[in-house]
Formats: sequence, structure tokens, C-alpha cells
Amino acid sequence: MTIADAAPLLASGKLKSEKLTQTCLENIEALNPKLNAFIAVTADAALAAARQADREIAGGRYRGPLHGIPVALKDLLDQKGLPTTAGSWVRKDHVAGTDAAVTARLREAGAVFVGKTNLHEFAFGTTTEESGFGLARNPVDPNCSPGGSSGGSAIAIATGMSLGTIGTDTGGSIRIPAAACGVVGLKPEWGEISADGVVPLSRQLDHVGPLALTVTDAWLQYNAILPDGRRSAHPLESAPLRGLRLGMPTGYLYDRLDADVERATLATIETLRRAGATVSPVAIPHDTDMAAIYVHLVFGDAGEYHARTLQSQPDDYTPNVRLRLEMARYVMAEDYIRALRGKALIASEIDRALDGIDALVLPALAIPAPPIGAATMPVKGGPEAVRTLMLRCTQPFNLSGHPAISLPCGSTAAGLPIGLQLAGHKRGTPALLRAALSVERAIADAG
Amino acid sequence: MMIADWLAIASADAERRGMPELVPLLEGLAKATERLRAADWNDAADRDTARADMAEAPPKGAPHETAEGGGPRPGRTK
Repeated sequence: MTIADAAPLLASGKLKSEKLTQTCLENIEALNPKLNAFIAVTADAALAAARQADREIAGGRYRGPLHGIPVALKDLLDQKGLPTTAGSWVRKDHVAGTDAAVTARLREAGAVFVGKTNLHEFAFGTTTEESGFGLARNPVDPNCSPGGSSGGSAIAIATGMSLGTIGTDTGGSIRIPAAACGVVGLKPEWGEISADGVVPLSRQLDHVGPLALTVTDAWLQYNAILPDGRRSAHPLESAPLRGLRLGMPTGYLYDRLDADVERATLATIETLRRAGATVSPVAIPHDTDMAAIYVHLVFGDAGEYHARTLQSQPDDYTPNVRLRLEMARYVMAEDYIRALRGKALIASEIDRALDGIDALVLPALAIPAPPIGAATMPVKGGPEAVRTLMLRCTQPFNLSGHPAISLPCGSTAAGLPIGLQLAGHKRGTPALLRAALSVERAIADAG
Repeated sequence: MMIADWLAIASADAERRGMPELVPLLEGLAKATERLRAADWNDAADRDTARADMAEAPPKGAPHETAEGGGPRPGRTK
């Protein structure tokens, strides 16, 4: 069930939040032992909050479309009174003294928190295989990764463990698991949603946003966590596909794709073209420098944040995350500064690529969900490292800060989901969501 | 510091700290650093000053869209 389906039923009293929450908790109980999506489940508190929501709604105090909706938080966000583990034993003694800004917004909106979801330790990875609380598994094929770092959140949505969830995205950590698990993931513009109370990976690249079953559900959550004065009182309306101007960033972002991903992406673009969208090639001249720029920034920032605990409690990290963080401490200052300048260059080049068009269209994930433990995957041009491939199509918009969304657009021959990505203008996340809603409908109509 | 010198020093430091498995990762970082330093947009003291668009400029367009719209819309000519 989607949030958009449940909300009017809850508002009218035809559905009780307690019943909806109980169903999510039953799904968690049934599936979590296999998929490991949750680090903590707060069943009793969730049911109490659900009953409270039911009483408020029955009393005429309906707060809006998230009132009584079961949601889960990536365990990188503070929820008052609970540990924020960040998927690591490094934070084993932590208990959040206050809610993260986003948690507080959801609480005001009447959401019911069912638990904290598993993630790649400290959000420093793309597979959710390296978590202090055990690896998570893809709900479509449990032998595959769910993607990451917000892997548990994507699993929760795909399996009905919660109707909504909030993740974070530093190089693709919302959009990658969304694509790998067949759900929608929205990375709003950088700074649009507060990251207060969120354990950082790289503050200049970190974004906070929702994962959901549909674009409309992503919108409902996004709208609820916007700052005061920025929220809409109106439902999301689709933009007409006829006249929608899409740009295909040819070159690097289409060069190294899995064959099924390429086929599904190009077929979807053709569907959109037939529906009236115009599709033009666009260039990001220094696209081949993006990975090197990204590495120096995220490693420099993470190395600084973790320096003290790498010294004091190194064995509390999972081995590979510890190694990458140790490597991060060797980044030289002059190269970090170069990368900062490169980040600004990429942002300006993506602004130019968007000039005269509404959104860029490209895959969200160059490969389908990789088998657990895979180090490399075959793509056009030969095998390449999984981590590099998984970040390839998403990290440009972390460097640039532009809003971007992943939505399902088909599956591989083996049945693994494939995600299409749209990236929009700065200050244009609502416009991006309207376009994404049209694209979602066109994909559904094409069958 | 030159990358080859940095890699030698960093690798020796990793070995000294009992983390030889760090060396291949450092070699990967060295390749990324080579790429970064070779980029044609790098600034240098003996060249023209960087173009203005290298700085992080405020985005073009309307203020953030709010409840009643106002930001860029698909299909609308800017």
C-alpha cells in the first residue's frame, strides 16, 4: 500500500493507523531475519504512537497525509531516546538527546516511527554489506546486495516493512539502493533539507531525502520535511510529457553500462520521446574528472571526521570501512583544494547542460544489484570495480548539488530492477518531481 | 609533494603501522590524484587567472519554489 492510498483512508477513519502499523511490524517480523533491513525495531512505541494518531484523527485533529503513516529512519538520523548507530559499533554507547531536524518534522506531521534501518557503516559504501549489524540482502534476490548506503531503507519500502523512509545520499546512497530494489529515491538539492542531527560522511556532499514506492509518496515525504514556509498545500500534479525537454549527457555517463541497464534506459527514453518529450544530447565537458574530484572530497572529509576514533577504537569498525578511512587520512591538502575547485567546475557545467532543457535523463545505477561479495562486474568495455560503477551515474549531482531522482524503469533478464535517473535545475525540486510523475506514468502505460 | 614520493612515504607508513593491506588502496588513490593534477582546469601561478565560472556561483533562476509554484516548470521556456 502506498502513502497516497493510505492517507485518505486514515483521514476518513476507514483504516486505522494501529492496523496499518501492525501490518508493517508483521512484515518486519517475517522478513527481517532474512533481509536484515532493520537495526532496531520499536514495535511498542510504534503501536502506541499509532493509537495516539487514531485518537487524534477520530477527534478531528488530522494533521495531513503522513498522519498515522508508518515510517522508518536510516540509522544515521537521530531519533530522541534511541541510539544512532550509523551501522557501527563505534557508536555503541550513543543515545540521541534530541530528534534530527527531519525526525522532528516527521513527528510533527504525525508519522509513526517503526524503527531504524540498516546501512553501510557510516554511509561509507554502496552495498550495505559492511555494517556492524550484518549485511543486508536484496528483497528481489537475496543473493544480491540491496545497494547502499541506505540499503535497509530501500528494502523496507520494497517489502512493506514501512510505507515511508528517510535516507541520506553523499554519492548516490538514496538513488543507488532505490534503483537496486525497484523503488523511488529522491535526492533533493543540497541544503534544501536540513542535515542537522544526521551523522555526516561529507557535509558538503551529504543530502537528506525520502525513498518511497511511488513518485507521489516521495513528494509527500519531501514536502513534509521541507522547512517551514516552503511546504505545499496542494497535491503533486504531473507535468505534460509533450514538450518536456530532456537532455542525455552523452559520453562518460553512458559509456560503462551493463547491457540490460543500457537497453532499459534507451527503451524508456524512446517511450518518452514517443509520448512527446524532446530528447537532446548534452555535454558535461569534464565528466571524466568527476570520480577523482569526488574521491578527494569525500575521503578528505571522512578522514577528518573519523581521525580520533580510528586511533581510539579501530577494531570497532568493519575491516574494509576502517581501511578506506585510514586511506582517507593520507589525502594531501593541495589535492583537496584542487577537488574543491573541480566541484565548482562540475556544478557550473551541469548548470550549462541544463540550459534550455527541463531535466537530464540517465541511468541511476550502471549495473543491476551486484551479487553479494562481488568485487567487479562486467560492463561495456570490460569489468570494473563495483564501487566505482555504482557511484558513476549518481555522484555528479552530489558534486553539483542539483536535485535528482531514481525511479524504476524495468528489469534485467534475471528480474533485477533497473532505475532511471532524472536530474533537474537547482531551486527546481518540485518541478523535477512533476516531471518524474509524468515519466512514471508513461513507463506504467508502456507496460 | 610529488605523487611518487607521497606514495612511497604513505606506503612505508602503512607498513610501519601494521596495515600492509592499505598499500593497494593507496596506489588507487595515487591514480586518482594523478588524474586530478592532470586536469586542464587546474589553476597555476604562471597562467591566466581562473575564469569566474570556476567559482561556485549562485544558481540561476527563481527563488526556491514554494507552495504555490513559481520555480522552473517542465515544458516552460525559460
